[in-house]
Amino acid sequence: MPEISAEQVAHLANLARIALTEEEIAHLTTELGQIMQAVEQVNQVATPDVPPTSHPIPMQNVFRADVVTDDVLTPEQALSGAPERDGDRFVVSAILGEEQ
Amino acid sequence: MARVELMDYEQALELFEPVIGLEVHVELNTETKMFSPAPNPANEKYHGAAPNTLVSPVCLGLPGSLPVVNGEAVEKSISLGLALGCSIAESSRFARKNYFYPDLAKNYQISQYDEPIAFDGEVEVELADGRTFQVPIERAHMEEDAGKLTHVGGATGRIQGAEYSLVDYNRAGVPLVEIVTRPIFGAEGDAPELAKAYVSTIRDMAISLGISEARMERGNLRCDANVSLRPRGAEQLGTRTETKNVNSFRSIERAVRYEIQRQAAILAKGGAITQETRHWHEDTGTTSPGRPKSDADDYRYFPEPDLVPVVPSRERVAELRAALPEPPPARRRRLKAEWGFTDLEFQGVVNGGLLNEVAATIAAGASPAAARKWWTGELTRLANASETDAASLASPEHVAELAALVEAGTLTDRLARQVLEGVVAGEGSPQQIVDARGLAVVSDDGALIAAIDAALAAQPDVLAKIRDGKVQAAGAVIGAVMKAMQGKADAARVRELVLERAAAAE
Repeated sequence: MPEISAEQVAHLANLARIALTEEEIAHLTTELGQIMQAVEQVNQVATPDVPPTSHPIPMQNVFRADVVTDDVLTPEQALSGAPERDGDRFVVSAILGEEQ
Repeated sequence: MARVELMDYEQALELFEPVIGLEVHVELNTETKMFSPAPNPANEKYHGAAPNTLVSPVCLGLPGSLPVVNGEAVEKSISLGLALGCSIAESSRFARKNYFYPDLAKNYQISQYDEPIAFDGEVEVELADGRTFQVPIERAHMEEDAGKLTHVGGATGRIQGAEYSLVDYNRAGVPLVEIVTRPIFGAEGDAPELAKAYVSTIRDMAISLGISEARMERGNLRCDANVSLRPRGAEQLGTRTETKNVNSFRSIERAVRYEIQRQAAILAKGGAITQETRHWHEDTGTTSPGRPKSDADDYRYFPEPDLVPVVPSRERVAELRAALPEPPPARRRRLKAEWGFTDLEFQGVVNGGLLNEVAATIAAGASPAAARKWWTGELTRLANASETDAASLASPEHVAELAALVEAGTLTDRLARQVLEGVVAGEGSPQQIVDARGLAVVSDDGALIAAIDAALAAQPDVLAKIRDGKVQAAGAVIGAVMKAMQGKADAARVRELVLERAAAAE
């Protein structure tokens, strides 16, 4: 029986940068636990002769030619959905950490 | 900030064995990005483009956009994998690495996790004294680069203390190959030098394969250095730190050495090393703590559902293998023989990370001696003064042009150094600088003779000495003439003319 703890939910919320109250964490712990149980049912029908699959369609090697297309946006288009901009760059709140 | 204690390097090595691991990111120079048909700023053609002009809906993670793999980027990754001595996967797939940071708009990076394109390789790396090391490669995987953040506010422009950040997504989606070594044991006190030599070898490889511009100062090649220490005689590895932002050959060496000294001081006092990412600061030559290193679990890797597996045909892999350029060690041996350099001369070139620059300069027409002289001499001196790599200061074509101007007698070495400073300052090509600054040697004997006659007339005692056969006295006159010509004369020619004019004088 899969379980998820309140600590794990709080940790995930932190990774996803979502602020949750204690009540919300308790609520989500119950809900996520139920979702995990539902997904767990798949394991009951999975047998050793069914290999794990990451893609439902048996396809491979789908490539694109290395050519620039007209999908390229203008800065105006690129920034049209930005909540805030400075010149041609997006403005975001400062976030400490997690830089790759 | 608390004062950081460093242990003496030799003492640190007596107590501990350094173990290093290196992650090198190579930006591929394809025409377009890894998963989007937008132009790739890591290609020379699009370098330096204005912010957010090289983006498509895929680069911005816009709803409904879907990635499609760039076939050329896969081929270049396979070539690099083969050059690293790796096996190429029968089947390889992409994975999502989830993290929330605005350098990637879609909140995950498409990378590879459990099925990298290349794995289990080995690279021969040569140290300054000619000893070689086999560096074990764990894997090389394909992924996309992230956008560029500029932190605004705060005192230093660093992450700490910033009030907000500006994002340019041009770099988001640039094709990357990340090369990961296994832990490297046994380098001992040479660990910092080995780290530098390894990255230099990868750079040579990338350039000879033609898969990357490989310019460290542009971030085409980036290194993260993992360092841990284990007490002498211990079995278990120590806790490691990962130093990021190490973007020149000299800083790789310095950063590894610094971490060895810093960790040794902590461990010797009974302290513990925190497993964390540290940032390298070029200006102070120190590292400072970044975030605590996330567990791989925190990235919640899972197979990328938008992309299907990459299954390279064995025939194509064999073709790419057959097309590999000669491996760096063989190339080094061949070039050394062709150029006729002594061991010491050749090591000077290799250790300066200048092999490709010297080769390209010779290809552009310079003699091996001249190419070596300018790169390991004046350019290295200027690079040290500005704490950068010589390779970033001038192009091989400009150095070859400079050597040709010296060869033709247009410039003396002294004038050539002034011209080179102009080249480094971005004033143009050597010939343009010679014209603009009026630096060419005065080769008009008439002008020289006038200056010589004036100098001889001003120093009758010197003239008398020369006429008495005391030729060394001519130095005073030569000096005066060179001063009058503002250094723009060939001293050997001036000397010849001084002796001629002295003999002819009344």
